[in-house]
Amino acid sequence: MAASNARAVLPQNAGVTVANTIQQTEHKTEKRAIAIKKAKTAGEKILKSGIVTWLLLLLIWQIASLFHSPDFLPGPAKTLQGFLEVAKSGVLWADIKISLQRVGIGWARGILIAVPLGLLIGAFKPFRWIFEPFINFFRFVPAIGFLTLFLMWFGVGEASKTVLITYASIFPIIINTIAAVAAIDPVKYQAAESLGANKLQSFLTVTVPGAVPGIFTGLRLGLSGAIISIVAAEMLAANSGIGYLVYTSRLYYRTDWIFVGIVVLGLIGFFADKLLRFLAKILLRHYGVKE
Amino acid sequence: MSEKNKIQVIHLKKKYETSDTKKSLLFSKNINPDAVFAGAEEGYVLNDVSLEIKEGEFHIFLGASGCGKSTLLNIIAGFLDKTEGKVLLDGKEIRKPGRDRGVVFQNADSAIFPWLNVYRNVEYGLKVQKVNKAKRKEIVQNALELVGLSEHARKYPSELSGGMKQRVQIARSIASDPEILIMDEPFGALDAQTRRTLQDELIQIWQKTGKTILFVTHDLQEAVYLGQRISIFSAAPDANIATRVEVPFAYPRDLNAPEVTTFTAEVHQKLDEAINAHGTSDVDKSA
Ligand SMILES: Nc1ncnc2c1ncn2[C@@H]1O[C@H](COP(=O)(O)OP(=O)(O)OP(=O)(O)O)[C@@H](O)[C@H]1O
Ligand SMILES: [Mg+2]
Repeated sequence: MAASNARAVLPQNAGVTVANTIQQTEHKTEKRAIAIKKAKTAGEKILKSGIVTWLLLLLIWQIASLFHSPDFLPGPAKTLQGFLEVAKSGVLWADIKISLQRVGIGWARGILIAVPLGLLIGAFKPFRWIFEPFINFFRFVPAIGFLTLFLMWFGVGEASKTVLITYASIFPIIINTIAAVAAIDPVKYQAAESLGANKLQSFLTVTVPGAVPGIFTGLRLGLSGAIISIVAAEMLAANSGIGYLVYTSRLYYRTDWIFVGIVVLGLIGFFADKLLRFLAKILLRHYGVKE
Repeated sequence: MSEKNKIQVIHLKKKYETSDTKKSLLFSKNINPDAVFAGAEEGYVLNDVSLEIKEGEFHIFLGASGCGKSTLLNIIAGFLDKTEGKVLLDGKEIRKPGRDRGVVFQNADSAIFPWLNVYRNVEYGLKVQKVNKAKRKEIVQNALELVGLSEHARKYPSELSGGMKQRVQIARSIASDPEILIMDEPFGALDAQTRRTLQDELIQIWQKTGKTILFVTHDLQEAVYLGQRISIFSAAPDANIATRVEVPFAYPRDLNAPEVTTFTAEVHQKLDEAINAHGTSDVDKSA
């Protein structure tokens, strides 16, 4: 009896255990699914943050440098060493400061010239007739082409450098501003007119705010134009600046310093653009500025 | 409705010229510029339109797609030049857009200013007209109350629904205290529910302000629900006003009342007759 009872009980218990296990495994797979999902979003987050890109870049750089002498292609470590050298001596910070200053002044002047001009060209035909040929001619002449001329005309001081940077930043700003004006919905002008706005008021209250998204794109491209041209600007007749650092390091066979200069330029541009976009997100939210 | 004529259109003819292309594209929808260019040579879109709209009247324009309703309103608004004839507002000829004619556009997104909040959008006309600040505040607040947006004054257009955006447009026009209100299918893009609400609100606004309203619609039911008079266009080309119908019902109307349904059917028939010479109507009879 006892034995048969026991036998009778056994399968029952066994059944319970099986059910339990099934439940448990179900539970487990569910947990795993959630874990996978979490990992997925976390993975996406990491990818999105750009860390992977940076690591990959470093890795490729490192591998590439293994096959070459450091004088030809210094790796990340060697560059870091070079960085510490120039950073400690204080040269780097002075260079960054002066370059930022030049870029800032040149770009700001570019904005002051290009935005109003772009708005006027976009909004009023006579301006377009007068200025468009100019723009379409000079925008194909790179800043570096004017290097020697600017030195001759504006001297070896700061003026020639900021003029060059201004020149480089003007065209993307002007062209994007003109395009932005053209993209404004004409119904907005009709609405303004029916509400009593005259031509000048339409310009100030429709054209100007309506062009903000395009102007912003222009500012970003103009800034990159300004930063790109800093090397050219500091190539001749300068004794400071990141461009100067890059250009003169060649003379001392300090390839690692050239790399420091390149990385610093890239980082300046990267963060300046990030800052610009951040500010736009806060200040220009309602103007339709898209990231 | 007084007996005074607010709007008179006298033997108006319109033939599109290539120079119109840019201008009228602004208002009409879905027009392919190339087709426009080719069509420009073709002859009169509107041929001999004459009509009178009384002061304070709620006037509806009904007609098949492409018959020229928007063209007529564009001319009255001053956005488009006429070819022949006259358009008078209070006996004075209309030449360009002006604040005596408020316009409510079909597409609110393109018409309102996304960089201004609701309050500033409504204030816009008063500001360009250099109304002083205290007065502006009073007018804007009244206009916002009229359209039920007082609570949302600080919101930006991106934070509003389609119906609310149309209310902003209406308030913005009303704030300038225009002589007439021009509305080209203003509720065409809204869902049925919102549309009905806005129709009721528009009737109330009209009754409160006594404005003359020129309203284009595709929707027969909307026409009968809103209008005091309905001008029915004949088909394009050479369209003109084929018939004019008085809607004999008091507000608010019940579209399901038997006499109203009978009347709607009559208008429907008139519309078909007006169109039937050329092609078929695609006016929405079902809604
Ligand atoms: N700029 C233009 N150039 C030439 N033809 C045009 C132009 N704009 C409109 N048309 C033509 O004029 C006619 C009337 O157009 P309109 O937009 O006034 O019609 P509608 O009655 O408003 O139509 P819908 O109900 O579809 O809005 C159409 O045949 C159209 O193709
Ligand atoms: Mg139309």
